[in-house]
Amino acid sequence: MKNYLEFEKPIADLHSKISDFSNSDNVNCRKMVQECKLELNRTRKEIFKNLTTWEKVQLARHPDRPYAKDYITSITDDFLQLHGDRLYADDEAIIGGIAKINGKSIMIIGHQKGRNVQENMRCNFGMPHPEGYRKALRLMRMAEKFNLPLITLIDTPGAYPGIGAEERGQAEAIAQNLKVMANLKVPIICIVIGEGGSGGALAIGVGDTLAMLEYTIYSVISPEGCASILWRDASMAPKAAEALKLLAEDLKKLHIIDKVLKEPLGGAHNNPKKIAQTIKKFIISELEKLEKDDLTFLLTKRYNKLREVGEFMENKSLGTF
Amino acid sequence: MKFCFDLEMLIKDLCLNEEIKMSENKQEQKSNKEKRSVPLGVWNKCDNCHEILYAKELNQNKKVCAICGYHFKFDAWDRINLLIDHETFIEYDHEMTSADPIKFEDLKMYKDRIKSAMAKSGRKDAVITGEGKLSGLKLGLGVMDFSFLGGSMGSVVGEKLTRLIENSIKEKMPVIIVSTSGGARMQESMCSLMQMAKVSATLAKLSEARLPFISVLADPTTGGVSASFAMLGDINMAEPNALIAFAGPRVIEQTIRQKLPEGFQRTEFLKEHGMIDMIVERENMKHTLSRTLKILLNLNYSDGKGVKNAKN
Ligand SMILES: [Zn+2]
Repeated sequence: MKNYLEFEKPIADLHSKISDFSNSDNVNCRKMVQECKLELNRTRKEIFKNLTTWEKVQLARHPDRPYAKDYITSITDDFLQLHGDRLYADDEAIIGGIAKINGKSIMIIGHQKGRNVQENMRCNFGMPHPEGYRKALRLMRMAEKFNLPLITLIDTPGAYPGIGAEERGQAEAIAQNLKVMANLKVPIICIVIGEGGSGGALAIGVGDTLAMLEYTIYSVISPEGCASILWRDASMAPKAAEALKLLAEDLKKLHIIDKVLKEPLGGAHNNPKKIAQTIKKFIISELEKLEKDDLTFLLTKRYNKLREVGEFMENKSLGTF
Repeated sequence: MKFCFDLEMLIKDLCLNEEIKMSENKQEQKSNKEKRSVPLGVWNKCDNCHEILYAKELNQNKKVCAICGYHFKFDAWDRINLLIDHETFIEYDHEMTSADPIKFEDLKMYKDRIKSAMAKSGRKDAVITGEGKLSGLKLGLGVMDFSFLGGSMGSVVGEKLTRLIENSIKEKMPVIIVSTSGGARMQESMCSLMQMAKVSATLAKLSEARLPFISVLADPTTGGVSASFAMLGDINMAEPNALIAFAGPRVIEQTIRQKLPEGFQRTEFLKEHGMIDMIVERENMKHTLSRTLKILLNLNYSDGKGVKNAKN
């Protein structure tokens, strides 16, 4: 069963027409299928040419979007999943392990969302507890030890706000990862594949290259949260989304990210194979570049990039207020 | 088709700034109440024991309730004067002010919010940084200011703290940061979020130089500040009864739909769960910091010339 967003409705209608006609052997029906397919392509182009910010936010959260595990399966060979933080538990909101990509060994870590109730019970809608971040930390340190480049796939509404998470130090777990990633002695490539939800995303998001897929978001707070605080009305979320500049294209312009990876027509969920190929190619070419840098240079560059983020005024006379 | 986690997301994200809002509301309520019942600025009511306290005495007592020991929020400059030896503090970057990197506008323009925060607090942004002597020991000190937009961290806070730490590495000084903040500043969106990574990255350098970082957590320390430098002290100290959390209590209450236990996310709870080294009362803070640093740095109590045993 496919899921359709409100603005994908015309696409849904054409899909159901196509499947109705396909069930028939009638020659006319086969012709209709052809026509519908052409129409589908035109409709998609039309819809995707004029997406609003809010529609892009919805695409980033589309329930049919490929998740971390889908990408890991399709872009790596011989993925060996590793479990547990060795301290408390195995948090399935974070998936991680060793693998080969194009013949090279890597460590790969991502947030994992679920497709159905059972899966989401286990991986908590992709919202990690501290043990998830500490599992990631353990794998990062292992990557450093065995000199494996680190790839992270970001896709979370945020770190989980709950009693257990607080008791076990959610804040400390996130903070520790930021500090360790800033200085981890292997190349790090971070890719936002869906939702970049605040500190819970950043906790696996510090690296040498930060890329976002075309229809993904990354922000300090969700549009809903922002709207309910600043507008005192959660239904103002579309407006908040625009104000927050959370789209890949916005963040490229602001120099927060390095690269926007173009998605296939209709979004990643419309052609998972193609987007996986795009990601794979990007990782391979980026790794080649990063591995040419010597370690000191790599770490200095990583630090300097973080160092540059932010805008402020030094002298009041130069300011506008 | 309906998305299942809108609610969770909403709830989770409230946490970053919820404390700011709460305290703003509280302050509004408080001042309204004060206007009605007691002459403003003469009397204060203790949040804990509800005793009416004479404001002048409360100030003399470093904003600690003389009856029950409850620690009120403390002004940033008062804090610096409390910790740093007389006339030894040199402020850094005191002219730095917020820009408006994403031209943020909600019901109010971010620029106007900054302007009115400046007017209200008399400060330029939410942190004061500089160097000074603590019982003779030269060190880098950053003190956050909750009165400026809930102590929220945007580019200015991130940059000032980063410079403070970088300079301390250069001068081989230990670093103390006193946190009190609702978290990352929404109006600078990703520019704010990335300050968490930026300050943490600089702290990694401080660690490599084997210089101590003492984090002092004051009421409240939540969201993006607790989830970055505030939790990264070699030693984490906290004042009594401070709210220290990733997600604020109201957010969690809404998520799990049950009442939270008494004392949840307060200093004492944090210590019990292994997140802080010690609870230090305001009046003992300077002495405790001095003792701690002198032991860590292998200095004699009479000797306050500087850090000798840092990485050479
Ligand atoms: Zn009291």
